[in-house]
Amino acid sequence: MKKIEIVQNILEANELIASQNQRLLDEHKVFAINIMSSPGAGKTSLILQTIARLKDKLRIGVVEGDFASTIDADKVKDEAAAVVQITTRNMSEQCALIANMVSHALKCLPLGDIDLLLIENVGNLLCPAEFVLGEHRRVVISSLPEGDDKPIKYPVIFANADAVVINKLDFLPYVDFDIAAFEKALKGLNPEVRIFRVSCKTGEGIENWCSWLLGELKASRTGK
Amino acid sequence: MHELGVTESIVNIALDKAKEAQASKIVKINIVIGELSGFVPDCIEFYFDFVSKNSIAEGAKLHFELAPAEFRCRTCSTIFHPHDTTWTCPECQSQSVEMTGGRELYVENMEVE
Ligand SMILES: [Zn+2]
Repeated sequence: MKKIEIVQNILEANELIASQNQRLLDEHKVFAINIMSSPGAGKTSLILQTIARLKDKLRIGVVEGDFASTIDADKVKDEAAAVVQITTRNMSEQCALIANMVSHALKCLPLGDIDLLLIENVGNLLCPAEFVLGEHRRVVISSLPEGDDKPIKYPVIFANADAVVINKLDFLPYVDFDIAAFEKALKGLNPEVRIFRVSCKTGEGIENWCSWLLGELKASRTGK
Repeated sequence: MHELGVTESIVNIALDKAKEAQASKIVKINIVIGELSGFVPDCIEFYFDFVSKNSIAEGAKLHFELAPAEFRCRTCSTIFHPHDTTWTCPECQSQSVEMTGGRELYVENMEVE
């Protein structure tokens, strides 16, 4: 019997593919956003609102990776410049997108005709936190009906987000959600995070979110 | 389900290293897994039998060492292991804390023949 020291990161293979994805996106000047949330927090609604607000300024592509929410997928297909839906053999069992799936999706997209790529991850706050995809920004949506304890329950995904969108602001009178406590816990874990309070239903706050997105995209281009 | 991909990575790492060492059989693989990471040892174990089949890793024992959640207070620099899910500094009660441990996922070492 012999002991071999290894100490090798198990996620390295995924991270390698993710960096190849990012290189491909950079070559085509595509700015990619990984959108993560619990099921029903409003990923598709935010994507639709974003497209509605920015489609005159940017060519927007979408990678639909949430296998559970296909209800609005058709609506997204009508609105976006290009959409690819990720399908795998064991679709219903997938709990997160991994870089390899996105790498296949990128091959199906006209990258030269896309400025902004919105990647809708699988609805879940645990698994997507572990897998980078090659995105330029990581965004988490948390909605009022889910409760204000999400950053404490799922610290990893919130600690590594560039922006957090608090959605369903229109629910505020009806639910017990302490926005100040939520933001304090979030800022504690992640002092740099940008926070947006929005309602995809009424459109409140969407403009702030979209101008941040536009600013980040422009900054990434001048940085090149 | 993402444990399938992770299990494949574990087996690939183990097989590569075993080959380098010219081993004929992998007996045990020691894996460090963070308390805050989204991975479930039972699921990895479940997929391992299937992924390692017909390789020299077949039948190897998996051992998981759980790395505890660890935070560092940004206010007073205290390092602490939280006992519940309120990430508050035990010294100064600050909620401004940096995650310094609990996200690990790596193959530490293995035993081969
Ligand atoms: Zn402190």
